[in-house]
Amino acid sequence: MSTIPGKTIAEKIFSAHSGTDAYAGDIVVADVDFVMGQDGTTPLAIRALENMGVDEVFDPARVAVVMDHSSPSPIEGVSALHTMMREFGKKTGAKVYDVGCGVCHQLIPEAGHVVPGDLMVGCDSHTCTYGAVNVFSTGVGSTDGAAAMASGKLWFKVPDTMKVTYTGELRPGVFSKDLILALAGKIGADGATYMALEFHGPVIDALSVDARMTISNMAIEVGAKAGLMRADAKTLAWYEGRGDRAPQPVDPDADAVYASELVLDASAVGPQVAKPHAVDNVSPIEEVAGTPIAQGYIGTCTNGRLEDLEIAASILRGRKVHPDVRLIIAPASKQILLDAMEAGYIRDLVEAGAVMVSPGCGPCVGTHNGVPSDGENVISTANRNFKGRMGNSNAFIYLGSPAAVAASVIEGVITDPRQYFKGGE
Amino acid sequence: MRFSGAAHRYGRDIDTDVIIPARYLNSSDPAELAAHCLEDLDASFVSTVQPGDVLVAEENFGCGSSREHAPIAIQHAGVSVVIAKSFARIFYRNAINTGLPIMEAPDAVDGIRTGDRVTVDVDEGLILNETTGESFRAAPFPPFVKEMITAGGLVERTKRQLRKD
Repeated sequence: MSTIPGKTIAEKIFSAHSGTDAYAGDIVVADVDFVMGQDGTTPLAIRALENMGVDEVFDPARVAVVMDHSSPSPIEGVSALHTMMREFGKKTGAKVYDVGCGVCHQLIPEAGHVVPGDLMVGCDSHTCTYGAVNVFSTGVGSTDGAAAMASGKLWFKVPDTMKVTYTGELRPGVFSKDLILALAGKIGADGATYMALEFHGPVIDALSVDARMTISNMAIEVGAKAGLMRADAKTLAWYEGRGDRAPQPVDPDADAVYASELVLDASAVGPQVAKPHAVDNVSPIEEVAGTPIAQGYIGTCTNGRLEDLEIAASILRGRKVHPDVRLIIAPASKQILLDAMEAGYIRDLVEAGAVMVSPGCGPCVGTHNGVPSDGENVISTANRNFKGRMGNSNAFIYLGSPAAVAASVIEGVITDPRQYFKGGE
Repeated sequence: MRFSGAAHRYGRDIDTDVIIPARYLNSSDPAELAAHCLEDLDASFVSTVQPGDVLVAEENFGCGSSREHAPIAIQHAGVSVVIAKSFARIFYRNAINTGLPIMEAPDAVDGIRTGDRVTVDVDEGLILNETTGESFRAAPFPPFVKEMITAGGLVERTKRQLRKD
């Protein structure tokens, strides 16, 4: 009797892209469907391409570079790097997303550059975001990115997979951000190092594509290589009108072999906060409620999408940001900015006292747009709160959902957002 | 590759934001990056590190961002090799691709203190703490990675591959 073991999503995608029968632990050279770099990492990739003696990319339609981390440029050093990226685009034909287009991790799926079943690499650690739309996408460094841009191929170790199932249902005032923070708190910053995560369960099925991306985005915060989900009817509906390649959804086999399995009851999860200076330093929001804050930030590849702005606007509409607090908002893309304007969210947020900055990474990575002062506490929807992350190593960053940030900036202290939701506490 | 130098020991989850903060990524000049290496974690590191010194850390070294500036900053600050209990995945690849020697050796990390004199043989995977006289062995690289290092790294490998195609 033959027993051919079933495959995880990761094993199936690597098999299809390497022409081998790939299982966890195998090292494969695989074809990549797309390669991306941002303005922090692309310059080193361009230099690596020069060192390889390469002056073209494997397929200009499958390479994009995005100016999002320091955008528009705050300083002449960055301006020079942006110029280098624009010239790279002209020379190779690679797609250039210039300042104001948005965060790479919103733009790449939004434009349909990747579709379900794809394998892609990006020179940014949060490339794992598109696992939410069934793409094996992972962050690499600039030299790996350059090798992929040059040849359309890269070597990979096929990862083991940890299966994470969320049971129950989200309670009012609790969001996908809280689910992934709860996981980081449980398994730690290296809890899934070298592994792929596969997210399953009725809670994931019930989430919008926007909310699913928040979870996959933070897979790297537990060390994972990817944060994969199945492509369902919602995913396919989201892809209508995006890009020119047909989705090829990949489901895991029923008998796929997982390295470990974790079941989390979403009904038991309340709003979560990651405290300074580690993403796995997580506690229920009640434990830090009342902590004074000087700045709030809503945006990033984690939580800068339309649904996030809608949640923030629903809380801030008709209310005011506390006079001792700055609220900074960066939509994740120009399209999201336009949609949020159309829906009236931007007016609600600005009238409440928010400062809108250009679509892009905003102050998340500490290069511009709101560097906190010494001793200040910030509550942010971003994915990292490392020491110095927002540009000042003497500031303190708390991470939470858009609802938690919106509720907190009104009071001037960290505040449980559930009071704003019917059925919340 | 054989190196000898003083150990600088740090804790777990040393992330790439503290290795080289993003506010310095407006330069890709290795000397400029090296001048700010680890400054948010240990402001005295850059002024005390000597060529050949050894960086020692606990689990998950290099977690966080994919910035290749991190191994470049460490190497150009004078560090000859990083010994850790474990490395974050992207940093591991970046170190190999940029030529920064790394060794995974949990016992060695427990057996080395800041200031200890350490000699390492990267090819043999040997680590000797000359201050205490203890020696340790690092986990070997997987064969594929070893072959790539021998072949001169990913840049050389890609050059050859493109010529073949």
